[in-house]
Amino acid sequence: MLAKRIIPCLDVTDGRVVKGTNFVDLRDAGDPVESAIAYNDQEADELVFLDITASSDERNTMVDVVRRTAEKCFIPLTVGGGIRTVKDVREMLLAGADKVSMNSAAVLNPELVDAGANAYGNQCIVVAIDAKREGNGKWGVYTHGGRKPVGLDVIEWAKEVYNRGAGEILLTSMDADGTKDGYDIELTRTVSEAVGIPVIASGGAGNLQHMVDVLKEGKADAVLAASIFHFGQHTVAEAKAYFAKHDISVRPMRKDA
Amino acid sequence: MQVGIVDYGRGNLHSVENAFLAIGANAKLVSTPEELEGLTHLVLPGQGEFGDCAANLKERGLFEPVKNWIAADKPYLGICVGYQLLLESGEESPDAIGLGVLKGSCKRFPNVGLKIPHMGWNQVVPTDPSHPIWNELPENPFFYFVHSYYTDLQEQEDIAAHCDYALNFPTMAIRGKLVATQFHPEKSQHNGLQLLKNFLAL
Repeated sequence: MLAKRIIPCLDVTDGRVVKGTNFVDLRDAGDPVESAIAYNDQEADELVFLDITASSDERNTMVDVVRRTAEKCFIPLTVGGGIRTVKDVREMLLAGADKVSMNSAAVLNPELVDAGANAYGNQCIVVAIDAKREGNGKWGVYTHGGRKPVGLDVIEWAKEVYNRGAGEILLTSMDADGTKDGYDIELTRTVSEAVGIPVIASGGAGNLQHMVDVLKEGKADAVLAASIFHFGQHTVAEAKAYFAKHDISVRPMRKDA
Repeated sequence: MQVGIVDYGRGNLHSVENAFLAIGANAKLVSTPEELEGLTHLVLPGQGEFGDCAANLKERGLFEPVKNWIAADKPYLGICVGYQLLLESGEESPDAIGLGVLKGSCKRFPNVGLKIPHMGWNQVVPTDPSHPIWNELPENPFFYFVHSYYTDLQEQEDIAAHCDYALNFPTMAIRGKLVATQFHPEKSQHNGLQLLKNFLAL
């Protein structure tokens, strides 16, 4: 059976992991390549780098980070932040990314989704959606880290990017993000049921049960998490063992296989 | 040993190159028929659309040389669209013609309420687990997949493994020294690198 994916996310700015990570035995917790290798060794199912400042100057730094990561990590790698043109998509894919994630650029110029999917296949185009609750069963699309409403309905926007050829949606609840109170189950389920492509749930993971809940009740295909893994609260192995106990299909750890 | 990875303007070539380098193989990208000289192993990766990939292979004059390579039973690995191109045709691009090495066509997954693309780690069930391609691998190993079309192989003896998603579909072909996988060994961590090692040892 297709396994549910566990995807650690590293926020990067100017070539450094924001807030850092505190893995044991890591020489430099701020180096994204070292953190990526640590997650590769933990047998995470995929990795995401988000360049949170993403100025044009910084893209070169990110390209170098991606290139060095791809030499050492043999799991899929998604890169987001600052992807504004098909040329940016190509640059990241050539550096070794398997997928690129676009957020505000897709909102400003939805045809970027079509163009990217046409040029490189829909499997490598991820659209990131930041959603904020605006009433009962209603969410609005926000950009700029949840500060700026763009006047789009999340469900309509999700359907639109699906129809334009996105291969996956990375869905972040701005309400839940940072709270550690759990993912927005209703949001995730509503979007997952509205589109025919995989949905990665993001924002709010405080413990492993939260992940189980969003995978089961929220019908997510994958979970993204940062702090729960970065600060050693849980390892990927612990998450997998917990999921398996709750009848969620996971890729077994190498030693268990 | 010299592994050549066919660069026909499509796909994440460096991932495949990095994976071969990581297992200690000599690997380089090749994009002209002349560059096939001196290779011991040929790898055709691939991402994107069937017809587009076939056209790019033709444009570079590689279509016939790749066919001849396979006809001579030299070691060959096709990955994802590089596997699909071995078939005769693909629903994705009805006018395009594949290499026609394997009998069958590529079909879109039926709509049974599952997400398409089939994306993520799934279990592969070998037809013959004693084949050396499975050396040192766990029973029914997991590999990373990302595809919307599957290979409907017609000759049972070509099918090396099945996978279950929307239907039970042939996910790997072996014929002599030809190995072809729908999944991405270069993105499948330990299992993937082991499979690449086993391919080199065939």
